[in-house]
Amino acid sequence: MRPPAVELRGITKRFGPVVANDGVDLVVEAGTIHGIVGENGAGKSTLMNILYGFYQPDAGRILVDGRPLRIRSPHDAIAAGIGMVHQHFMLVPPMTVLENLLLGVEGGFTLARGTARARREIERIERDYGLEVDLDARVQDLPVGIQQRVEILKALFRGAHILVLDEPTGVLTPQEADHLFRILGNFREQGRTVLFISHKLGEIMAVTDRVSVMRGGRMVAHLETARTTIEELAELMVGRKVLLRVERGAARPREPVLEVHHLEVRDDRGIPRVRDVSFAVRAGEIVGIAGVAGNGQSELIEAIAGMRRPSRGEVRLRGWPVADAGRAREHGLGHVPEDRLRSGLVRSLPAWENAVLGYQRWPQYQLRGFMRRRFLLGLCREWMQRYDVRPIDPGLEAGRFSGGNQQKLVLARELEHDPDFLLVGQPTRGVDIGAIEFIHRRLFTLRDAGKAILLVSVELDEVLSLSDRILVMFDGRIMGEIRAEEADERQIGLMMAGIRPEAA
Amino acid sequence: MATGRGLPPWVDYGLLPLINLALAFLVSGLVVLLVGENPLEAVRLLIFGAFGFGEAIGYTLFYTTDFIFTGLAVAIAFHAGLFNIGGEGQAALGGLGAALAALTLGHLHPLIAVPGVIAGAALFGGLWGFIPGWLQAKRGSHTVITTIMLNFVAASIMTYMLVNVIIKPGQSAPETVTLPEQVWMPQFHALLARLGLDIGRSPWNVSFLIALLCCLLVWLYVWKSRPGYELRVVGRSEGAALYAGIRSDRHIVVVMTLAGALAGLMALNEVLGSQHRLVLGFTSGYGFVGIAVALMGRNHPLGVVLAALLFGALYQGGAELAFDMPSLSRDMIVVIQGLVILFAGALEHMFRPALARIFAAA
Repeated sequence: MRPPAVELRGITKRFGPVVANDGVDLVVEAGTIHGIVGENGAGKSTLMNILYGFYQPDAGRILVDGRPLRIRSPHDAIAAGIGMVHQHFMLVPPMTVLENLLLGVEGGFTLARGTARARREIERIERDYGLEVDLDARVQDLPVGIQQRVEILKALFRGAHILVLDEPTGVLTPQEADHLFRILGNFREQGRTVLFISHKLGEIMAVTDRVSVMRGGRMVAHLETARTTIEELAELMVGRKVLLRVERGAARPREPVLEVHHLEVRDDRGIPRVRDVSFAVRAGEIVGIAGVAGNGQSELIEAIAGMRRPSRGEVRLRGWPVADAGRAREHGLGHVPEDRLRSGLVRSLPAWENAVLGYQRWPQYQLRGFMRRRFLLGLCREWMQRYDVRPIDPGLEAGRFSGGNQQKLVLARELEHDPDFLLVGQPTRGVDIGAIEFIHRRLFTLRDAGKAILLVSVELDEVLSLSDRILVMFDGRIMGEIRAEEADERQIGLMMAGIRPEAA
Repeated sequence: MATGRGLPPWVDYGLLPLINLALAFLVSGLVVLLVGENPLEAVRLLIFGAFGFGEAIGYTLFYTTDFIFTGLAVAIAFHAGLFNIGGEGQAALGGLGAALAALTLGHLHPLIAVPGVIAGAALFGGLWGFIPGWLQAKRGSHTVITTIMLNFVAASIMTYMLVNVIIKPGQSAPETVTLPEQVWMPQFHALLARLGLDIGRSPWNVSFLIALLCCLLVWLYVWKSRPGYELRVVGRSEGAALYAGIRSDRHIVVVMTLAGALAGLMALNEVLGSQHRLVLGFTSGYGFVGIAVALMGRNHPLGVVLAALLFGALYQGGAELAFDMPSLSRDMIVVIQGLVILFAGALEHMFRPALARIFAAA
C-alpha cells in the first residue's frame, strides 16, 4: 500500500497573538481527491501556505509520500512534487501560454532547445488529462477558465503529483467547473492526489472522496464524503445549526427607483465593457445580475455608483441623473462595492473614519468644518454592536479586521444611511456562512421595507437565492431576463457562456 | 490577518528611530576614527556646539525653524500620496515674494506691511506648489518629476530677478537692498534683552513661533478637519476616494498649494529674520533637507518638529565641530548628516522585521 501523499502532524502557526493553525493533523491518501472546508479565517489558507512553503510552521511535521520534509520555500514544495493553483492566477498576461509555462524552467540561456522539449512534454500532459490549451495563444486573450487550466498545466509540467487547488471555481461558469471536475477525476485515475479547498459545499460533495473540516484554526472532523451531508458539513464548519437558505416572501415591486438607459461604459483602455444595457430596478424588489467575472459587471457597477462616466446612455436614480458618487448618495444611493479593500474601505484608517466614508460631508458628522470625532466613535461602536462586527473597537484600523467583519462594517455603513437604492457587488465575498445568513436576512428586510436592490454577484447560488428577477450578463450585454420562480441553473449557465435562450 | 507588522507605538515612534540614529552615529564614529580623530570627543563637541551655550541654542533653533517649514511642506503633501521634492524652489520663490512685498509694502503701516510680507512669501511659494499640483491633477504629470524640474526653473527666475531686476544698484553681488526694518522678524535675543535677559546673539527669531503655529494648523487640517479626512482618503486609496465621491483633483491642487506656501514661509526665517535682504541661493539646500525631516518625522507635525530639531542641531553643532576639529572638514560634517538621512530616512525600516520578531515573541 502506498503511504499517504501528504501527512501533517500537529502543525501550529501563530501570527502574533492569533493562532491560525492549532495542532492541525491531516492525512491525505494518495490517489484521492481530498476536500478541505472551513469558514474564512478558519486557517485553510495558512495551512496550504505552510504546505507550499510560504510560511514556516511554529511546530509540527510535514510528511510527503511518507518521508518527513522541511519545506522552506515554494521551490522545496515543487521539488517534492507539490503544485499549487492559486485563487488569483500567477500568469503574465501579455506572454503566450508556452512562455508562461516555461517561466523559471527555461532550461538554458537560449530558449530554442528548452522550448521544443517543453512543447512535446506539455502536449503529452494535455492529452493525458484532457487539458486542451492552445500553447501559442496569449494568456490575456484566454477566458478565465482556460487561464486556470494553464495554471494546472504549469503545476503538472513542473512534475507535481500532488495538486492543491484554492477555491478553484470562484471564477468559472457552472459548465467550466464541471469540466474542471472531470479533469480532477482524470488525475485521480492516474494515481495523482488533489487537495481541493472550497467553501462551496455542493462541489465538495460532488468531487471529493474525503473531506476535512476546519474551524477556528483546528481540524474538527475528517469524513468520508459519501457518508456525510451538506447540512452536517455546514454545521461542523460554523459550530451550530445554520439555515442555508433564508426564508423569503414574495416581492411587491412598486415604482422604478433606478433606471438605466442604453448604457455604454468603457474601461480605462477605452474598450467598451458595457454595451447598450437598459433595465430598471423597482422599489421593493431585488434584481440580480449573474455572469462570469469580467463580463462588464464591474464597469456597470461603477457607472451606476457614479464612479465612472458612461460613454453613452444614462443612469437615473429616482429621476435624477447620476453624475458623481457624492451626488448619487444624496439621491439615496447605498453601495456595497465589489472589492471592499480597493474601494469600500481605507485599510490604514480606523473603523470609525471608515464608518462615514462617502458620507463625510453630511452635516450631522461635522462641526464648523471639523469631524465630530467623539460622536462618530460612539456611532461606529453602536453600528458594530448592531451588525456584530468583531472586535468592537472603532479605533482599530480597518485592515486589521477579518474579511467578514470588514464586509459587515461596510454593510453597516451603507444600510444605516437608509438608502432608497442599494447597489451590492459580491455581498458575501470572503464572508463566512454564519455572516452570509445575516447579510441575506438584512437584504430581505430592506427589500420588504420598500427599497430597491441591485445585486451583482459571480456566485450563481447567491443570485438565485436572493433575486426576484435575474439578468444574465455576457460580454457587456444583458443576455436575457429570468424570473426567480422559473430560474434554471443550466439555462442560466448557458447564458453566462454567451448562448442566448432562443438558441439553446 | 495579522502580518506581524504591527509594533507597539512606543517602539514604532520611539525605539526604532533611536536605533537608526544610534547606528548613524556609530558609522559616523568610524568615519571620524578613519580621519584620525576621537569619535567621543567629536560627539561631545557636536553636542556642546549645538546646545552648550546661549548662542549655540539660538542658532540650533534658527536652523530648526527652516527645517520645520520645509519638513511640513513635504509631510502635508505626503498625506495626499504626493512626494513634494520642490521645497527648495518653493522656498526660493517664497523669498522672492517676501522681498517684493517688503520692497513695495514695507513702508506702509506695520499692520499692513507685516501681514503683507508673510502673505507674499506664502503666495509665491504657494504658486510654485500650485503648478505641479495642477499638472498632477489635470494632466497626470508626476509631482516627483515636476517639482524637481520646477526647482531649476525657480533657480533661474531667482537669478534673473536678482541680477537684472531687484539687485541693489551700484554693486555686482546678486542681492537686494536691505529690506525695511519694520518688516523684519524680531530676533529673540533682542526681545529678551529688553526684559533684561541675555541669551547671546543669534538670528533665532519670531518665525520660530510661526513655524510651530503652522505645525498646529497642519495637524488640525490633516487629522481633524473634514477636508483633511478627504485628503487622507485620497492619499491612501484612490479607489476609496472615487467610491466616496471625493474630488481627488481638487485636494491635490489644494494640498500642493499649501505645501508650497509652507516651504515659502521659510523665507520669513532666512530673509526677514536673519539676512534682512534677499540673497541668491539663500535656501542653501534646506528644501531638500525637508524631505529627510518629513521622512524621519513620519509626516506628523510633532515628528517634524523633533526631526527638525535634530537636523538643526547637526547643522549648528556640525559647524562648531568643523571649527574645533580642523581635520574634520565641513564636508565631513555633510557626510555625517548624510549618514543620518541614510539610516533614519532611507533605511528607516531596516530593523522593523527584527523588532517585529522580538516583540511578537515577547
